[in-house]
Amino acid sequence: MEMAQNIILTIMTAATPLLIAAIGELVVERSGVLNLGVEGMMVIGAVCGFAAAAVTGSPWIGVLAAIVAGALFSLPFGFLTLSLATNQVATGLSLTLLGVGLSGLIGEAFVGSAGLRLQSIAIPGLVDIPLVGRLLFGQDPIFYMSIALTAGVVWFLFRTRAGLTLRAIGDSHGSAHALGISVIKARYLAVMFGGACAGLAGGHLSLVYTPQWVENMTAGRGWIALALVVFASWRPWRVMAGAYLFGAVTIGQLHTQALGFGIPSQLLSSLPYLATVVVLVLISRNRRLTMMNTPASLGRPFVPDR
Amino acid sequence: MRLQLVRRPQHSSLMAAVSPLIAFALTLIIGAIIFIAIGKPPGAALYAYFVAPLTEMWSLHELAIKASPLIIIAVGLSVAYLSNNWNIGAEGQFIMGGIFGSLIPIVFPGFQNVLTLPLMILFGILGGMAWGAIPAFLKTRFNTNEILTSLMLVYVAQLFLDWLARGWLRDPQGYAFPGSIRFPPAATLPEIAPSQGGAHYGLVFALFVAVALWFVMTRTLKGFEVRVMGASPRAGRFAGFSSKRMTYFAFLLSGGLAGLAGISEVSGAIGQLRETISPGYGFTAIIVAFLGRLNPLGAVVAGFVLALTYLGGEAAQISLGISDKLARVFQGLLLFLVLACDTLIYYRVRFSAGRKAGEAA
Amino acid sequence: MKSIIFGFATALALTTAGSAFAADKYKACFVYVGSKTDGGWTQAHEAGRMQVDAELGDKVETKFVENTPEGPDAERAIERLAREGCGIIFTTSFGFMDPTLAVAAKFPDVKFEHATGFKTAANLTTYNSRFYEGRYIIGQIAGKQSKKGVAGYIASFPIPEVVMGINAFLLGARSVNPDFKLKVVWVNTWFDAGKEADAAKALIDQGVDIITQHTDSTGPMQVAEERGIQAFGQAFDQIKAGPKAQLSAITDTWGPYYVKRIKAAMDGTWKGGESSWDGLKDGILTMAPYTNMPDDVKAMAMDTEAKIKSGELHPFTGPVKKQDGTEWLAAGAKSDDGTLLGMNFYVEGVDDKLPQ
Repeated sequence: MEMAQNIILTIMTAATPLLIAAIGELVVERSGVLNLGVEGMMVIGAVCGFAAAAVTGSPWIGVLAAIVAGALFSLPFGFLTLSLATNQVATGLSLTLLGVGLSGLIGEAFVGSAGLRLQSIAIPGLVDIPLVGRLLFGQDPIFYMSIALTAGVVWFLFRTRAGLTLRAIGDSHGSAHALGISVIKARYLAVMFGGACAGLAGGHLSLVYTPQWVENMTAGRGWIALALVVFASWRPWRVMAGAYLFGAVTIGQLHTQALGFGIPSQLLSSLPYLATVVVLVLISRNRRLTMMNTPASLGRPFVPDR
Repeated sequence: MRLQLVRRPQHSSLMAAVSPLIAFALTLIIGAIIFIAIGKPPGAALYAYFVAPLTEMWSLHELAIKASPLIIIAVGLSVAYLSNNWNIGAEGQFIMGGIFGSLIPIVFPGFQNVLTLPLMILFGILGGMAWGAIPAFLKTRFNTNEILTSLMLVYVAQLFLDWLARGWLRDPQGYAFPGSIRFPPAATLPEIAPSQGGAHYGLVFALFVAVALWFVMTRTLKGFEVRVMGASPRAGRFAGFSSKRMTYFAFLLSGGLAGLAGISEVSGAIGQLRETISPGYGFTAIIVAFLGRLNPLGAVVAGFVLALTYLGGEAAQISLGISDKLARVFQGLLLFLVLACDTLIYYRVRFSAGRKAGEAA
Repeated sequence: MKSIIFGFATALALTTAGSAFAADKYKACFVYVGSKTDGGWTQAHEAGRMQVDAELGDKVETKFVENTPEGPDAERAIERLAREGCGIIFTTSFGFMDPTLAVAAKFPDVKFEHATGFKTAANLTTYNSRFYEGRYIIGQIAGKQSKKGVAGYIASFPIPEVVMGINAFLLGARSVNPDFKLKVVWVNTWFDAGKEADAAKALIDQGVDIITQHTDSTGPMQVAEERGIQAFGQAFDQIKAGPKAQLSAITDTWGPYYVKRIKAAMDGTWKGGESSWDGLKDGILTMAPYTNMPDDVKAMAMDTEAKIKSGELHPFTGPVKKQDGTEWLAAGAKSDDGTLLGMNFYVEGVDDKLPQ
């Protein structure tokens, strides 16, 4: 039983950064903006979080720094795509490029320095619940944040006026503008929220997952987060399910290897990607459902007429 | 103060010509500031980055080796992106091209004649096309987002190559190390001017492909179709164009060209099939495509500029000990600034004071 | 605006002068596959280069290129170094083998040294380290320290070097615990802290109580520390990442070798066409302090280390059976270096099928 718990814990830890980054990107895309710079913002969050924790000695300040750094780093993307109406795909890609290079520069001074771990917080009482207590209430603080974020985004998007506005902008920025909504301002906020989430996800990597800084430590997780958003057809709870599913496949392949079946490790390593493709296909087969959730203005630049 | 964009009635051809220069000048200025900040002589550093690699013949050849695959892929991607088909997986198609083309010299080592190389290239193109056809099929049949499927297939292709290079296609005399046999001369893409440097015929492919697609895009009905379908699929349908056929066209073209780049790289520059054959050409080419403004001829210029930053980054490391990460920052910066400056082609930028009317209207 | 640009142009022109190599020093150059601060393989070579700077700094100038992709990029980087006047060039990754060979043919007056490969030329030698000697020792320690008798091995890629390491580790462990078992996970990367950590967790969850790795990050060591089990460092002393977990570490110490070879290159005694494969006795690898273990285990480890150094003990000494049960080495027979360098089979007891 403890083994099963441990395995599930490992899966949850692997899934948490994906979930957080994907939830942030979901809000960005719901507002009609496609930011392919998640990987870059994430790696900036990882290095800034680590650096701040190392300098101040407090992992909490590290978490804060990761969030702020991610949000700030999303601003050049916001300025170009929103204020200057540049192509979002190209701008996002260059943000990733810039982030990977810049994080390497910032991090040069911190490579090899011992990391600080953000300690887990066991919630008294609840953590002792049999079976699930340890899984749900004995985790690191960023795990709790990921759950709160998901719930918060669901509430915001579907239960508040501001959320409705955001979705309206994503579906038709022209009509939203005609109704007097400030499209650009709302999108700036969404992009910054996405950046903050990606930064926090990066902070999870460098403060919880493997408390250290190594160059390029996100290792493609930002791209997986992007895939999860489409995978989930822009629904927050499905993002969560997708993140845990992806985590399970990733960890599962390592377990399969350790059992010594002798299946080529390359095949097992490619399973998470193949699984993503298969699920994407399954979900998008239902054309009506996808069309309903896809922000219609996604990726299209918006310039107010005057 | 607020920034406001005003659409120009016609796009500015002056700005179209000047904006890349402005972007490049800004990159140099920001670069100089960065170098001063990290305590390196900015003049020597910028010289090492952007001039030194151009001063020697062998280095120009190396520039061509580095630029050719970028150009070949970017030309295909330009057309795909113009048609609104977002192929992000050229890296995977490049790898599959390398694998398919390599099958001939590895599986049939005895087959060495004038047909070897053309067949390899044909197989390479087919390999890239086949891998590119998957996201096209999924998009047209199941409406699956092609950005993600093409990207996921990159990882699968990388692992597939790794598996082949360590297993089936491994050189039996290679002490169990990964990598195939070295290709015989009949399977090696020849060098253009062996006495001067190592540039191979991949450069010729790159220039040919760029000119050919430039012609197609500007002078033929197909080019018109691509633009119409990219700008407005609805209008395209009224004109009798099929968006499904366009998706296949875009992916087969860009995939096939990525495959061509892949087999050219393996046969011309590497000389064997290794467990990795690309330092991310397929991804860098996306930047090249945009840097070249999705114009096949622009991709040629952009390919050389980007290749120059790689060579320059290396030269600056050796002569001045400047971190190689800075080369990547430069690339990102350059692209950012080019994108920002291109806004000037279509819009006038106005600064207005205080809260303005535009958003309340 | 114009004046600013003009000002920059002037500043640039003024600062362009004066750069590159200081005159009349011997130039020793290095090509790295990874980042010089990767905390593993490349950083160990970088430490070697810094030792050259420290010991020969008044006569030798060193240069390096890091993060060099294998393939045409490597060939260009090596050629650039050769053209910049380097007297000797060390290329520090197996994948640089053919590029080094190609450039060596073009520059007969430059000396080349390629790490871990098998192709040599008149001006190209290869060098390597007998990492397996260290792996045998840590295997023995694992055999003593593991209560369950099962260790987990995080492996990178199935090349002879890694397979040799797995076999040496298991032979060491079985020399003290004949029933010892080994689980192997291939992560298909040299360096991905997150993935390596996940592999460590998976292995621990499947019941191993000792972790060892042939990948370069400290991720697994951190997991071991957190989960309260023991582990071995790789390439670098990882005691900072696992103060309670690290038993020892196989540390690459290339410095003495580099100093020796550069001196030879300068005084004309350097010879091409050779293959050097040094071990513990030459100091090209050293064992990090034996920590977190009882005194008797420590004494055993030190004794084994001494015996390997003196040549009394060869880790690959028969009787050894292959995984399929056929005999590989008869009792008392020692493996030849050629078999080790091309190793593509497991010895008996590895709980994994070797990827082919």
